[in-house]
Amino acid sequence: MKLNLKIWRQNGPNDKGRMVDYQIDGVEPDMSFLEMLDLLNEKLIAKGEEPVAFDHDCREGICGMCSLYINGEAHGPDRLITTCQLHMRKFKDGETITIEPWRAKAFPVIKDLVVDRSALDRIQQAGGYISVNTSGRTVDANNIPIPKKDADAAFDAATCIGCGACVATCKNASAMLFVSAKVAQFAHLPQGRVEAAKRVQDMIAVMDAEGFGSCTNTGACEVECPKGISLSNIAILNKEFILAQAK
Amino acid sequence: MTILKTSVAKKIAMALSGLFLVMFIFIHLAINLTLIYPGKEAFDAAVEFMATNPFIQLMQPVLFLGFIFHIAMGIYLEWTNRSKRPVNYVNNNSGVASSWASRNMIWTGLFVLLFLAVHFANYFIPFKTQQIHDHYALVTGLFKNPIYTLLYVLAFVALGIHLSHGFQSAFQSLGAPREKCNKALVLCGNIIAFVVAFGFSAIAIYFYFN
Amino acid sequence: MSAINIKEGTPLQAKIPSGDLAKKWTTYKDKIRLVSPANKRNLDIIVVGTGLAGASAAASLAELGYNVKAFAFQDSPRRAHSIAAQGGINASKNYQNDGDSDWRLFYDTIKGGDYRGREANTYRLAEVSGAIIDQAVMQGVPFARDYGGLLDNRSFGGVLVSRTFYAKGQTGQQLLLGAYSALNRQIARGKVTMYNRHEMLDLVVIDGHARGIITRNLVTGKIERHSAHAVVLGTGGYSNVYFLSTNAMGSNATAAWRAHRKGAYFANPAFVQIHPTCIPRSSEHQSKLTLMSESLRNDGRIWVPKKLEDAKAIREGKLKPTQIPEEDRDYYLERRYPAFGNLVPRDVASRAAKERCDAGFGVNKTGEAVYLDFATAIERYGKEQAHLQGIHNPSKVKITELGRKVIEQKYGNLFQMYEKIVDENPYETPMMIYPANHYSMGGLWVDYDLQSNLPGLFVIGEANFSDHGANRLGASALMQGLADGYFVLPYTIGDYLADYIKVGKIPTDTPEFEEAEAKVKQEIDFFLNNNGKHSVDYFHKKLGKIMWDKAGMSRNAEGLQQAIKEIQELRNEFWKDVKVPGKADEFNQELEKAGYVADYLELGELLALDALNRNESCGGHFREEYQTPDGEALRDDKNYAYVAAWEYPAEPYERYTKHVNMVDAILHKEPLKFEFVTPTTRSYK
Repeated sequence: MKLNLKIWRQNGPNDKGRMVDYQIDGVEPDMSFLEMLDLLNEKLIAKGEEPVAFDHDCREGICGMCSLYINGEAHGPDRLITTCQLHMRKFKDGETITIEPWRAKAFPVIKDLVVDRSALDRIQQAGGYISVNTSGRTVDANNIPIPKKDADAAFDAATCIGCGACVATCKNASAMLFVSAKVAQFAHLPQGRVEAAKRVQDMIAVMDAEGFGSCTNTGACEVECPKGISLSNIAILNKEFILAQAK
Repeated sequence: MTILKTSVAKKIAMALSGLFLVMFIFIHLAINLTLIYPGKEAFDAAVEFMATNPFIQLMQPVLFLGFIFHIAMGIYLEWTNRSKRPVNYVNNNSGVASSWASRNMIWTGLFVLLFLAVHFANYFIPFKTQQIHDHYALVTGLFKNPIYTLLYVLAFVALGIHLSHGFQSAFQSLGAPREKCNKALVLCGNIIAFVVAFGFSAIAIYFYFN
Repeated sequence: MSAINIKEGTPLQAKIPSGDLAKKWTTYKDKIRLVSPANKRNLDIIVVGTGLAGASAAASLAELGYNVKAFAFQDSPRRAHSIAAQGGINASKNYQNDGDSDWRLFYDTIKGGDYRGREANTYRLAEVSGAIIDQAVMQGVPFARDYGGLLDNRSFGGVLVSRTFYAKGQTGQQLLLGAYSALNRQIARGKVTMYNRHEMLDLVVIDGHARGIITRNLVTGKIERHSAHAVVLGTGGYSNVYFLSTNAMGSNATAAWRAHRKGAYFANPAFVQIHPTCIPRSSEHQSKLTLMSESLRNDGRIWVPKKLEDAKAIREGKLKPTQIPEEDRDYYLERRYPAFGNLVPRDVASRAAKERCDAGFGVNKTGEAVYLDFATAIERYGKEQAHLQGIHNPSKVKITELGRKVIEQKYGNLFQMYEKIVDENPYETPMMIYPANHYSMGGLWVDYDLQSNLPGLFVIGEANFSDHGANRLGASALMQGLADGYFVLPYTIGDYLADYIKVGKIPTDTPEFEEAEAKVKQEIDFFLNNNGKHSVDYFHKKLGKIMWDKAGMSRNAEGLQQAIKEIQELRNEFWKDVKVPGKADEFNQELEKAGYVADYLELGELLALDALNRNESCGGHFREEYQTPDGEALRDDKNYAYVAAWEYPAEPYERYTKHVNMVDAILHKEPLKFEFVTPTTRSYK
């Protein structure tokens, strides 16, 4: 396959950045999108040019490190996958592909397609945990029976990989889906109830302070989320927030 | 205003004020429908009731504040949300992931606001400041103006679009259990949107031609 | 080719406490020294790596009151490759009442490791396994549950009980997020300072003790000094020495290898795990391999065609697997190992797949793939569901539909992953799988305290040479990482630190820090100014091919000797001809990779040397010269019941000035004593 790539190049946080055109040949349909970029980088290095910087690690859709806004969509045109799981067979020979970094005030660009997502960590640090010390002497695991329905719902929320596609795709650059996934996971579990009110308030306060926008329920996040995290979680967060105010 | 400090509180306030305004719209629609059936006398009586009933008088400033709040907060949120993405995408294919209505609440809202201003100038201010004897004639007379009628119809189509997203979105903001009631809420929102858009527009068009 | 003479050094002592196996840990814990809470505040600990082991250790140490500095090369601790572990975590809870116990988990693990692990460590691992589950549940880890609300279990390879706890195919993710949440809590409390996007490039040793590290800020390129009273490495394994592996692209051995260069011994590098169920490689451009969880072998049946002509027709695309009748399929694991069937340990399953493919029965274009078939399971579950739902005489379509739902519930994400990569629907046609590098049992040598031979340097999780012997059983890596981090290291490190409560902050303006920083900068400058011909990946791929062909799933002396020679040549070429673009003071991914590959080029040689030295077959280490007539591994307990711990053969920074060959490494043996179990021939028949 032959492709025209339009890639965002930005030397560093203070550089203005621009789209640069590249032609690439020899792409195979069975390659993953990132392998296509590997190929491009090999060619750039051989020509003495700087390779394109992009974040990636596990390349099996679970670490949440890869990102990229491909042809106007977070993680590209396919659904329920990350960019590393996107394969070139989804594109046509001769196609023009635009590749941009996640865009959000809270995600400043580090270089080229690499952005700083540490704001997401800081939200988690505000309350994304259950306060239990490591002792090895907690109660036996089966002393806390949890209805399968609740355990499954908690699991579904907990599968968020923290990639930030929800923020990237949201017209408001809101992180509500990300925050709600953690809040909802603990909302479904008896262990998480004790700190529920404080958790939701603290996490939202940091979310706002980090410069994410507010949620207007467009639902784009759910569609573009590689893990299919449901909008229900946002409803649960809202409920938890209202309950917290009532306390 | 500390209660409105967080983004989530703000959107809950948007939801509540929006739902409050939906209630008003329906009362307004009910009154407007009397223009056609039963007709002039009923309409005039309804207007008389609205003008004199103490409860309605009490609610009027609340409604007014509701409007101001919903509009001001809507504009404020849109303004701040825009600042959360200082550099835009060169290519943004947002249409595949969300509805046009949900992305353009500010524009449908502002269009309705524009109409509201015209409506105020044409009807509400004369109504409040002058001694009008024949409300029916005033209202139906306005619909003889094609430009006014067109603006009227477009405004209610815009309001319908606004509600098609706004209604179910409000319940989402209030934490309604999504898996249980989302389908019903979306359906409900669409029906409300259609009834409002069609109801108001149909009356205007009816009087334009009759 | 001249024979290689291995230099032998002094034997090693693991400081294993005496006494009854089941009581060793408790008695030991009761006797080791403690540090008072007031003094813990004055002690600093560096934790490098924030996967399961690192994050759990950092969190636990901070809870105890130590000042912790934690380092991760990714942008967040949540990205560590522990997140990709799929199948589950073992614990001897015996919730299923199938006769499980600490002893059985210990025994299965030591036997699964082909009697090349340490009894005391392995027993301790089994002993604390239950507490891990309790702890994780308290943290809100959403394990799978049954309809009664209690925890569910499944089976993994090499065992006859159901002791594996799981969260669909994402158990590693859920456990890591649990440890990450505990870590976050300590970051919020200010007890852990987190350094994301920082890479450890050297260990600083002062008066023989590990006292700090040199790091590179991967965003700004700044070289930084960090000091502490102890350094903990939880930096994972070295499978990427093979270039293609199931590890993440960034998983690397650099932290461990730099510590090795500074004097820490590297143990059993030849013990690597080739996982039997990975998606086969498809093209030259492939950057990594993807694992399909071992849990799939609970329900999937592995087979190849019985007839060579069928295999050939399949490879040529003339025949589909579903067209091959039952009697023409060779379920070779069930045939060879009737007792364990498809659930034999990983090393056994991998070799069996290779054996069939080498014999010409491979089923994809490259001839390197076997089938993992779910048709039987779908039918079985379908019938079960039909019965449960009261459907009498269900149609075949209905059975398939119901069965698929069950399979989807259990392995949905894995099936989706497979479909995205291969572009085939595994519900309808069997999966194709082939073995791939997955885990390294070898690693830095540690004693019972998890302390390396360098005092003050502790190594946990996959980075140490660990409790798995020559082969790790499925669902044991998560167990070991968390056991080390939550329940072992926090105790044992206190015994070391008790001596240093009065020393105060370790200064970073000492000659040791200065030299280490200067050498790190020197290497970076070298790479950026080398102006060679080939990219880093060029060398990495070449190394990977040598490793896979000659030091992979099966090895022989001649191949290993060739491998050593080829790696030496490749390494010389690398230092002469590597090309690294960009600058030092910026985000530079090629520069990061250059350091990794420089270290792999040494580690690979040591791995081959270790494999050459070990004239026996055990677990994942299979030497073709040492096998039984029916092709099983032939162990030599008389001569090789020891841990091979290697000492770096040169001064730490000599590789910049002259050729340092790993064949000159010095071998320190730690004899393995089996007091409580008698090593026997592993049999899964």
